[in-house]
Amino acid sequence: MTFKRAIPAFVVAAGLLALAGRPGIAQEHAHETPEPPAQKWSFAGPFGKFDRGQLQRGFKVYREVCANCHSLSLVSFRNLFEKGGPEFTEAQAQTVAGEFKVKDGPNDQGEMFDRPGRLADHFPPPFPNEQAARVSNGGAYPPDLSVIAKARTYERGLARLPMDLVTQYQEQGVDYIVALLKGYEKTPADMQMAPGMMYNKYFPSHGIAMPPPISDGQVTFDDGSPATVDQYAKDVAAFLAWTAEPHLENRKQTGFVVMVFLIVLSGLLYFTKKRVWHDVHAHP
Amino acid sequence: MSGHATYQPQSGFMKWMERRLPIAGLVYSSFVAYPTPRNLNYWWTFGGILSVMLVIQIITGITLAMHYTPHVDLAFKSVESIMRDVNYGWLLRYVHANGASMFFAAAYIHMFRGMYYGSYKDPREVLWILGVILLLLMIATGFMGYVLPWGQMSFWAATVITNLFSAIPVVGESVVSWLWGGYSVGNPTLQRFYSLHYLLPFVIAGVVVLHVWALHVVGQNNPTGIDPKTDKDTVPFTPYATIKDSFFLALFFIVFSFFIFYMPNFMGHADNYIPANPAVTPSHIVPEWYYLPFYAILRAIPNKLLGVGALGASIVILAFLPWLDTSRVRSARYRPYFKQLFWVFVAVCIGLGWLGGKPAEGGYVIASRLLTAYYFAHFLIILPLLGIFEKTKPLPNSISESVLPPTTAGTR
Repeated sequence: MTFKRAIPAFVVAAGLLALAGRPGIAQEHAHETPEPPAQKWSFAGPFGKFDRGQLQRGFKVYREVCANCHSLSLVSFRNLFEKGGPEFTEAQAQTVAGEFKVKDGPNDQGEMFDRPGRLADHFPPPFPNEQAARVSNGGAYPPDLSVIAKARTYERGLARLPMDLVTQYQEQGVDYIVALLKGYEKTPADMQMAPGMMYNKYFPSHGIAMPPPISDGQVTFDDGSPATVDQYAKDVAAFLAWTAEPHLENRKQTGFVVMVFLIVLSGLLYFTKKRVWHDVHAHP
Repeated sequence: MSGHATYQPQSGFMKWMERRLPIAGLVYSSFVAYPTPRNLNYWWTFGGILSVMLVIQIITGITLAMHYTPHVDLAFKSVESIMRDVNYGWLLRYVHANGASMFFAAAYIHMFRGMYYGSYKDPREVLWILGVILLLLMIATGFMGYVLPWGQMSFWAATVITNLFSAIPVVGESVVSWLWGGYSVGNPTLQRFYSLHYLLPFVIAGVVVLHVWALHVVGQNNPTGIDPKTDKDTVPFTPYATIKDSFFLALFFIVFSFFIFYMPNFMGHADNYIPANPAVTPSHIVPEWYYLPFYAILRAIPNKLLGVGALGASIVILAFLPWLDTSRVRSARYRPYFKQLFWVFVAVCIGLGWLGGKPAEGGYVIASRLLTAYYFAHFLIILPLLGIFEKTKPLPNSISESVLPPTTAGTR
C-alpha cells in the first residue's frame, strides 16, 4: 500500500524530469555521432567464451597492421599461450616473441642492447617515446591498445539500463572498435577537416588522425576466413576484448559456481529462518 | 522465549577469564541475549550487511595495497598488473571496486529506512548523528579510493573536488595547494590520498563501534516506532536476528556477485581505463553514481562558494534531522502525509542522481535547481510543519498487538 501511494509521486517527478531534459537533448550537434551497431560476440553473456580462432586471427591483424603504430604494453608474450586467450602453443608464442626486438641492458660494457623477445617480455612499443610516435603520425599519438576495449564507450542512458542488466550488455567498447574501423567515409560537403584529418562517422567530433588502417585483402588468414575489412574489424576487436580482460572466461566460470553456491545457501538459510521463527509466529 | 539471561561461564578457563576480561560476557549480551523487537522487517538487515561490507572492503583493500604502487607513473600499471598477473587479482579488485558501490547502496537503504521509520528520534539522536559521520567518512574514503587507479576520471575528479576548496574566501587558493602538496594534482596528492584511503576505513570501523554501542544503549527502533514494553515484544538476537540477517545477507551477496562476475565495470566509467593525462580534459567529468545527487546540488547553484556550501549543507543537514522533524510519532506507518512525502523525497534524491550524471546545461540545470530547492525544503519546511499539522493515526498499544491478528490481540 505504501508503494501504491508512492506511484503518483514518482509519476510527477518523472514527468518533471522528462520535461526538463528535453531542451538539453535538442541542443546536440548537427552532425550526430551514430551509435555503433551491436555485434554478436562469443564472449558475451554469462557463459561467454572467446573464440580461439577469432583471437588468433585478431592477433594476426594486430601484428601485421595495428602494431606498426599502436603499442600493447600491458600484454606479455606468455599471455598468448595461457588458458582463456588465443591459446597458441608455447612454441608458437616463443616464435612470436623471438621476432620482436626488445631493448635490454645495460650490459657489462655499460651499453644498452637489442635482443630477441622472450616469453616473459611485454610487447615492445613501436616507437621509442611519445614524441617519436607523434612526429611519425602527423602530431597524433596512437593510444596503447591493451585496455582500449574497456576505455571506449558511448552513452546508453537510463532508459536502457534495466535491459542492459538483464542482457549483461557490456560490449560497447568492442562494438565501437568495429564501427570505427568500418566508419571511414567521404567528408560531408558542409564539413571542413583539418589538414591530415580523416572523416569517421563514429569518431567523436568525426575528425580522426588515423587514416583508414586496413583494406580488403590486406591480411591473409590461414583458416580460410574472408579477407574483408568487416572480418578484420571483428577479429581484431575480439582480440582487444581479450587483451583488455584476459581473465574473462575464468571470471564468468567462477561466477557461475559462486551463483549456484549462493542460491543454494540462500534457500537453506530461508528454510532455517522459517523453522527458527516458527515458534514466534505460532505461539506469540 | 526472549530470555534476558546473562552469560554464565561453563568451563574453568572461561570462569577465570570472565573475572579478568569479561569479553565473552560482552559478546553474549550484545549479540546473543540482546533483545531485538520481534517485528523487524528485512529493511533492518542492512546494518549487519554494512558491517560485513566494511570487513570485506578492509580485507580486499589490504591485499590490494600489497600489490599497488602509489606513484603517478606506476599506479595505472600496477592496477593493471593486479588485474593480469596477481593470482585472482581481478577478483580482489572487482570485489573492492564493486564493493564500494554496494557499500553505498546499502548505506543509502539503511538511511532511508531510518528516515521512514523515524529511527533518528529521541532517544536515538546520537546514534543517527554517528551514522551521518559515518556517511561523511565513507564519502571521503570512496573519493580518495577512486583516485588511486590514476585513470582519467581519477585525475579529473581529484582536480574538480579539491578545487572546490578554492571557493573558501581569502585562504581558498592556499588551502588547495596545501591539499595538493603542489600547484596541481600530482604525485604528492596521489600519495597522501593513498595514505588517507588506508587510514580512514579504520576510523570508520572505530565510529561503527560507537554506532553499535549507542544502538545497544537505546535499543533498536522497529516498524511501529513504539518502544518494546514487555518480553513478549522482543526476541533474543541469536538465533532470531542472526538467521534473518544471514538469509538476507546471502541474497545481497547474489546481487553483489552478479556485478563482480558478470558486470564488473557496469558501475565504473570507461574513461578510467585511460591513464591520467593532465593535458586532456574528458568531455564529461562525472563522479561515481553514489555521489551524483550531491554533485547535482553542487552544480545547481551558479555561485561557486554557495554551491560548495549547498553541497556541504545537503549532508550536514541530516545531522539536524532529529530536531527538524517535529512529529512525536516515529513510524511513517501512522503518519499518512509524511509517508507520501517520504516517497516524494526518495524520488527527488533519485532525480538529483540522474541529473548529476547529465551535462550542466539547459533544462538539466533548471531541473537540478527545482529538485535542490525541494531537497532542502523537505528538511527545512515540510518536516517542521508536518509535525505540527499532520493528524497521525492511532498507535497500537504494543508491538505484539501490531503483529497479531486483531482477535488474538483482543483476547490477550
